Order: sequence, then structure tokens, then C-alpha cells
Amino acid sequence: MSNAHAVNITGHKMDENKILSAKEKHWAAVKKYWYLVTLVVPVSILISSGLAYATGQGAWMWLLAAVFWVGIPIVDAFVREDSFNPTAEQEMELQKESSYYKQVLYSATILNWLGLIAMTYVVVSVSWSWFYIIGAFLSVGALHAVGITMSHELGHKMNDKTQVLFAKIGSACCGYAHFNIEHNKGHHKDVATPEDPASSKMGENIYKFALRELPGAAVRGWTLEAERLKRQNHSVFSIHNELIQTSLITVVGYATMTYFFGLAALPFLLICAAYGWFQLTMANYIEHYGLLRQILENGRFERCQPHHSWNNNFKASNLLTLHLQRHSDHHAHPTRAYQLLRDYTDAPQLPQGYPAMMGLALFPFAWRYVMDSRVVDWADGDMNKVNIDPAKRDEIFRKFHRKPEMTENVKAA
Amino acid sequence: MAQYQCPDCGYIYDETLGCEREGYSAGTKWEDVPEDFPCPDCFVREKPDFEKVVYSS
Repeated sequence: MSNAHAVNITGHKMDENKILSAKEKHWAAVKKYWYLVTLVVPVSILISSGLAYATGQGAWMWLLAAVFWVGIPIVDAFVREDSFNPTAEQEMELQKESSYYKQVLYSATILNWLGLIAMTYVVVSVSWSWFYIIGAFLSVGALHAVGITMSHELGHKMNDKTQVLFAKIGSACCGYAHFNIEHNKGHHKDVATPEDPASSKMGENIYKFALRELPGAAVRGWTLEAERLKRQNHSVFSIHNELIQTSLITVVGYATMTYFFGLAALPFLLICAAYGWFQLTMANYIEHYGLLRQILENGRFERCQPHHSWNNNFKASNLLTLHLQRHSDHHAHPTRAYQLLRDYTDAPQLPQGYPAMMGLALFPFAWRYVMDSRVVDWADGDMNKVNIDPAKRDEIFRKFHRKPEMTENVKAA
Repeated sequence: MAQYQCPDCGYIYDETLGCEREGYSAGTKWEDVPEDFPCPDCFVREKPDFEKVVYSS
């Protein structure tokens, strides 16, 4: 690449030849090991449950919840952006080491299950106050949230049986069997359209979104799998059904824990799993809020472009979520491995990393205060270009819509 | 037997192999694959986007 600003196939600017400082070069060389930060999640569950059990101090069970909701946003606020954006040459090197990057995912998947087992045992084997049990519940929720992120990364590698297997083991940890199917074949196809239950609409608060997303995704996953099985001439109620396969892992895992740890383990596991689903809902909510693909003359939605996803390039949360926040590149190229994902400087940006934005989403008024103006700017004030909650359409148009001719001028400028 | 490639991720549909995991048995001709067939790896390109693979001799 000889241009200072190479343009990738989607037309977005990439600083391929920018001069790297010594500090940035060093970061590019050591980043490989920093991805292990993601293992902080299961490891802190293992350590904190062990410490709670050994010392009788239930406050330890709050550890991961505190790391996720407070620690990461604080580190993000100080450490800020990640300068590393692989060039074509660096990509080749990263691809050579792909087995290392896969090992990180496999380790995280196994450690997540161990973390769940350890915390469940500690919660049910000691008589804790409700305050500490809530801490354990929120910590396991964060474990599931990051666990689903690992499963997500693995589940996109459909041509690699080992990664697909680990994706199932990962989503089974919080009983979310339909996730990989509906995400790849449904969400990625329909993203940023009103048809996608996993893309949030402007004006739709997270709770309303959850009531659309949770059942919508489950139905879509089941339907897509039923269609596949029909083509294969298998019954939908057979072991060939991948939803059933993954669910069986959950049933065996949860039943074994309940058998050995006591009946109290089951409600804890189920409530934590349901909360894990809601954490995924939060992630889906913030990833495409209000963004809309336009309909082409042939009646199809335009292809998903980098400007159809919300990104954030903060270092700490990107390491924790393995570049999930470089979401535009992920949607442009879903099979691209996490270590290769690039930051598009001209793609829509969230003001904070995903954990902080997920927390913000819980407060609809604050969320809309921060995000609605960003969506309006993204659409150049033309609210016809926005994915809007029909119930809020009039209100949003009255408040934000600027005249179309003005929009044209802004575009031309 | 021809091959068709996904322009995004590089997946190749080989008529000889079909795509068993998605329910298209070995030997399924490209013309018998439905128009809305998505790339079975990346799922963001569909049959009309695929390009025929031409091998130079």
C-alpha cells in the first residue's frame, strides 16, 4: 500500500502507512499477551468465590460485578484509545499465529464453566445474606456476558469444527442455545433494519427492546434451524438440531451441579442465566441503536456498511470483549478473527466503552440524552433515514427532523 | 462441476461437495441452489453476489 490513506473495500479510511511512535510499535508487539485480560473475568470469579468461601467475607462475591461495571469504565477513562490497527503486513503475521488466539478463546470457555461451578458451589454451600447473593448474581451475569462474547467470536468460524464446538459449550454456559444460529444467520443478515429483533430503534428503551429481542431472537433461531433440518431431511426434534445439542450441554451441566450442590443451585443458575441473556440484550441494544440501512431500488436493503454499527476504540474494554467494540469491521467481515479487527475512524462512535454504555442504557432518559443527538448527526438530521420506534415516530420527527433541502446542503458540504 | 466463491470471506461452493451442513447434498448444482442462499460462513453475501471460480490452465 503506497497511499498514506488506503481505502478498504468498503470505502472507509484506514491509516495504513501512518508513522508509528516507539510506544505504538511496542504496543503492537505486546498486544498479543494483553488479550489475556479477557481471562480476568473467569479468573476473578474463581478467586473471589474461593476467597469468600475461605474467609467467610461475602463481599468478595461482588468482585467481578465491580470490575465490569466500575473498574473497566474507570480504566477506559484513563487509558483511552487503542492505537493498534493492523496493516496488511501485520495481518499476515497475526494470521500465522492464529492458533494462539484460538487458545485464548478455548481457555476462556473452559474457565467460564469452572467459574460458574465454583461460584454456584460457594453461594449454595454457605448461608449468605441477600446482599452478597446479589453480588454473586451480578458477577455471574458479567461472566455470562463476556462468555457469550467468546462464544460469539467462536461461533462465526463456521468452517472450523473445533471453534463451533467451543461456541456451543460457551453459549450453553448460560443456556442460550439459539444464540449462535440466530446471530449469524439472522442478526447479521437483517442488522440495522426494522425486521431485526436484535437491532434497537431510536426511542425504544432497553426494557421495551428486551421484550422484542428476547422472544424474537429465540423464535428466529428455532425457525432458521428448522429450515436447515428440513433441507437435510431430519426431524426438528432430533439430535441433529443444534439448539437441542447445546441445550443438552446446559441441562447436563446444571443438573450435575444441582445433584452435587443441592436443590438451591438450580434457581441460582437459572436466574443468573436469565440475567446473562439480559446482558446480551444490553449489548445488542447499544450496538446499532437507531441506525438504518436504506432500501435500494430493487426492494432489498442496502448491504450492511461500517456506518451501520456503533463503535468504541477504548483499550481496556476492547481487550475485555476481544474487539467486539470494533463492531463496524465485524459486521462488514463477520468471519474476520478478533485480533484482525480494525478501527474505522469515520464509523459511528460511542462516547464510552460497551460496559459503561450498557450501564447507561439501563436509564432510558440518560441514554436518550446522550445518544439521540448522535443518531440525528449520523442521519444529517433526516429522520427518514433512522430506525425509529413507530410509537415514538411523531415525537422524534417533531423534535429532530430538519428540512430535507437543508439535509441536502449539509451532505454536499 | 463448477465452483462459486463468496466475494467477502472467500468461501467456495463446490458443486461436487455441495454444502452438507446447510442441507445441500454433494452434487447439488449451483442452479438448484435457491436465490436467497446465504454464504454459509459469513452469511452477509447471497447467491447473486457469488463469483464463478475460473482456473487458468
